Amino acid sequence: MKTTGKLRKYIYGITFFFLVLTGFGQMPVYKRYYISDIPGLEWLSQFYITHVMHYIASFVLIALVVYVFISFIFRGSGKITGSGYLKIFILAGLIVSGSLLVIRNLPGVFLGHNLIIVLDLTHLALCMMLMAVSFYTLITKKTWVK
Amino acid sequence: MTSRISRRAFLKGSITVAGSVAATSSVARAAKSITKKSSEPLVTLIDISKCIGCEECVYACQEVNEPKFPEPEKPFPKMFPSRVPVQDWSDKRDVTDRLTPYNWLFIQHAFVDIDGEETELTIPRRCMHCANPPCVKLCPWGALKQEDNGLSRIDSDLCLGGSKCKSVCPWNIPERQTGSGMYLNILPSLAGNGNMHKCDRCYNRLEKGEQPACIEICPEDVQTIGLKSEILKKAHALVRETNGYIYGELENGGTNTIYVSPVPFDQLNKSIEKGKGKPHLKKVENMMANGTNIAKAMLIAPIAGIAAAFGKFYLSSQEDK
Ligand code: SF4
Ligand code: SF4
Ligand code: SF4
Repeated sequence: MKTTGKLRKYIYGITFFFLVLTGFGQMPVYKRYYISDIPGLEWLSQFYITHVMHYIASFVLIALVVYVFISFIFRGSGKITGSGYLKIFILAGLIVSGSLLVIRNLPGVFLGHNLIIVLDLTHLALCMMLMAVSFYTLITKKTWVK
Repeated sequence: MTSRISRRAFLKGSITVAGSVAATSSVARAAKSITKKSSEPLVTLIDISKCIGCEECVYACQEVNEPKFPEPEKPFPKMFPSRVPVQDWSDKRDVTDRLTPYNWLFIQHAFVDIDGEETELTIPRRCMHCANPPCVKLCPWGALKQEDNGLSRIDSDLCLGGSKCKSVCPWNIPERQTGSGMYLNILPSLAGNGNMHKCDRCYNRLEKGEQPACIEICPEDVQTIGLKSEILKKAHALVRETNGYIYGELENGGTNTIYVSPVPFDQLNKSIEKGKGKPHLKKVENMMANGTNIAKAMLIAPIAGIAAAFGKFYLSSQEDK
């Protein structure tokens, strides 16, 4: 049990890191600010690569979230903390807005212009919120479940 | 310069007259019905063999779209870091031999051998209006829009000029003008760099049931606009009739612009001048295909999560026994 818990944490951490990294890569910032000039990081300014990597990382995140959710129900014990609820809420928002943007990207799909703008901004704002809350729970060592 | 002005004034007059004639014609009625009622995208067919390179379409495009052109504020805010390029076309609005923020259509020249004779072909070039346009889909702000009739356009009020649309466009079509747009009101030295511009298929004319200006003005009827299925049928018939070649049907997974040429497109591509603001005519694979395939695979993600959870539950229940 312990090892799967640790593994789960690592997978979440790495996935989260890649999602943020490639997510910011959707904006044209890495080239402007020389980050993709760093040897080994050239790919960060290649939009098609960061796009596909963001998709792959979100595949892992969705699978992990579903896994943890069902495992939690099976276990039938433990209480979600306040910060846990906040992170769950933000994650849910990120997954919903992200999924809608993935659907928007499919050929032949036309979502409303305003809806797309709202989704783009919501996705970015929720990402910033999750980064801030995660940073807070990391330094205060707050767990998801008590 | 004076001749240019009188030419533009003349064109302005002629396009208005042409517009009012067309508004009452069957063409306009057809345009109206195809823009409003059908869910099928609009496609243009460009018959290269008919084009005489007169550039009427180029000037008509400039004329009708002038109100949409950027009016940058000068001096431009200093941008950081210094590598951020200032792109200023506002004093070069007369340039017509390439794409610029003030010229959304230009004529490309190719010299090819047809039946042993060197022949010049002229090719109107502008945005292809891809069926699944990467420029629209990958814009992080939703500043690019695709209408359900298949055209794509840049909302210059929302665009920050990061030029991502140009990077992801297989033909690098959109062009940037520094010093205009929303970035001026945010952090102009740190983010954004003006706004991007390209052919918007005269969306505002289509809404009124009018034809795009370049199509309407053309003395040779080089372009035809219509529903995708009809235009594809026409294009293939033309290819059969003329032993011609087709471009744009499969490029980037399909576009809403179909070129038909009397010579193969790799020959045209070899001959045309390519480079900044001058797009190629190469074969283009579907740039969004990887994303689309992974997106479909993503449906399995929740199932994978469920399977893993049940697997773990099963294993631990076996251990408990
Ligand atoms: S498309 Fe028509 S208007 Fe444009 S250059 Fe060719 S012939 Fe002239
Ligand atoms: S040709 Fe380029 S600018 Fe035009 S729709 Fe396709 S990707 Fe966008
Ligand atoms: S469709 Fe309109 S905007 Fe596009 S090239 Fe023709 S005239 Fe210009």
